[in-house]
Amino acid sequence: MAETRYSKDHEYIRIEGDVGTVGISDYAQSQLGDVVFVELPTVGKALAKGSEAAVVESVKAASEVYAPVSGEVVEVNGELEAAPGTVNEDPAGKGWFLKIRIKDAAELDALMGEAEYQDYVKTL
Amino acid sequence: MAAEANTDTAGAVAPLKTPLHARHVALGARMVPFAGYDMPVQYPTGILTEHNWTREKAGLFDVSHMGQAFLVGPDHETTARALEALVPADIVNLAPGKQRYSQLLNEEGGILDDLMVTRSIDPDEDGALYLVVNAACKEADYPHIEARLPSNVKLVRAEHRGLVALQGPGAAAALAAIAPEAAEMGFMTSRTMKVAGIKANVSRAGYTGEDGFEISAAASKIGEIWDTLLLDGNVKPIGLGARDSLRLEAGLCLYGHDIDTTTSPIEAGLNWSIQKRRREEGGFPGAARIQRELTEGTARVRVGLKPEGRAPAREGTEIATPEGEVIGVVTSGGFGPTLNGPCAMGYVAKAHSAPGTQLNLIVRGKPLPAVIATMPFVPHGYKR
Repeated sequence: MAETRYSKDHEYIRIEGDVGTVGISDYAQSQLGDVVFVELPTVGKALAKGSEAAVVESVKAASEVYAPVSGEVVEVNGELEAAPGTVNEDPAGKGWFLKIRIKDAAELDALMGEAEYQDYVKTL
Repeated sequence: MAAEANTDTAGAVAPLKTPLHARHVALGARMVPFAGYDMPVQYPTGILTEHNWTREKAGLFDVSHMGQAFLVGPDHETTARALEALVPADIVNLAPGKQRYSQLLNEEGGILDDLMVTRSIDPDEDGALYLVVNAACKEADYPHIEARLPSNVKLVRAEHRGLVALQGPGAAAALAAIAPEAAEMGFMTSRTMKVAGIKANVSRAGYTGEDGFEISAAASKIGEIWDTLLLDGNVKPIGLGARDSLRLEAGLCLYGHDIDTTTSPIEAGLNWSIQKRRREEGGFPGAARIQRELTEGTARVRVGLKPEGRAPAREGTEIATPEGEVIGVVTSGGFGPTLNGPCAMGYVAKAHSAPGTQLNLIVRGKPLPAVIATMPFVPHGYKR
């Protein structure tokens, strides 16, 4: 089963082999409110851990989505262009943002596991 | 993920609460600091749903944070002339029961605040004008006004009043059910009536572009009016988030963003709010500049902008010509739920202000094509 890890900035990465699917957590989408626009990177772009990977805009404001680990963008979720509200409806599923080829698996260790992240959210 | 700083929510340490605060919390609202108050930005259904509900049915807004005050003098003429020394609207000829939009101006003709001015319909209240000013400005407005009043006109703050707005095509029917007199009111008129048995001042106006009402009542009683209106299946509570997207689509200015001390009413396109007599006679702060601008025009003007793609352009976004020359800046911008797309307003150099002009909005370093659009973006639904 694929493992999901989380950043303190509320991005998740679901790891399948050397590719990770990146999106924002359910907590993040609920904090943002209705998502009306998503800007995705180009496929092939090299992202450094913590750099801006995408932009998500609610009615109120724009927010950056950061790369939870370093790597190359191998796929983006073009469906979000026409249906940005998918981020609210199914953040962990159809509302994913991009897939990244993980450069250094050791970077995953700095991220939180499911239980640890849920505990972290409770402190916010 | 990190949200950009929102200047509106940089609030005070101990925020004030409106008389409806506990109700917002009980309804599950997300509360944010706004103009020193702890205010509902949205209820659980979210901004898009609240926005659309207001356009289709009726939205109920708590606007009790706004400043309500009375100017009280011996007769209408005296009180009106005292206010005319501060604002460019014709107040002397404001008929009983009528309401007018105006601006408090500084000596340079810059806008200190915008406000609604209402003359009571009741002959017993002749000499009183009811003012509603912005929450964020009220503590500066009141001393500004008081310092400039003649000795026989006083400013009386209505601190113990609440204010709610009922907006949308279903507003008239919803209010008429508990205040039958409201149904026959004209746009921008005001009268005193019983609402759900409670004495209230009702105005037919608002800040959404829709037909609607603003209802002022004692702080101790406004909750009963709120509760009674929410019993109507067509009425839902609406937060500040949708209030902002509604007024943006309606092309209405937000003080501190689209207008401020650096903008004149003429640059802002508020010429319609300065009546003929005042244009000719002057006698208000900054009159020389405003009269000159009315004749000669201004170097920059407020315009509507319609981005061609889906990306919203937020406040502060630079506006450039297709050749790359920066000719303006966005002052309000976001996503218009009724438009189902982004919209914005801002100031551009006069030469680039004609509707249909192609420009670029510089969003995250990239030029996004946009076109100058006429406002409102969504037609007004006012009852004329």
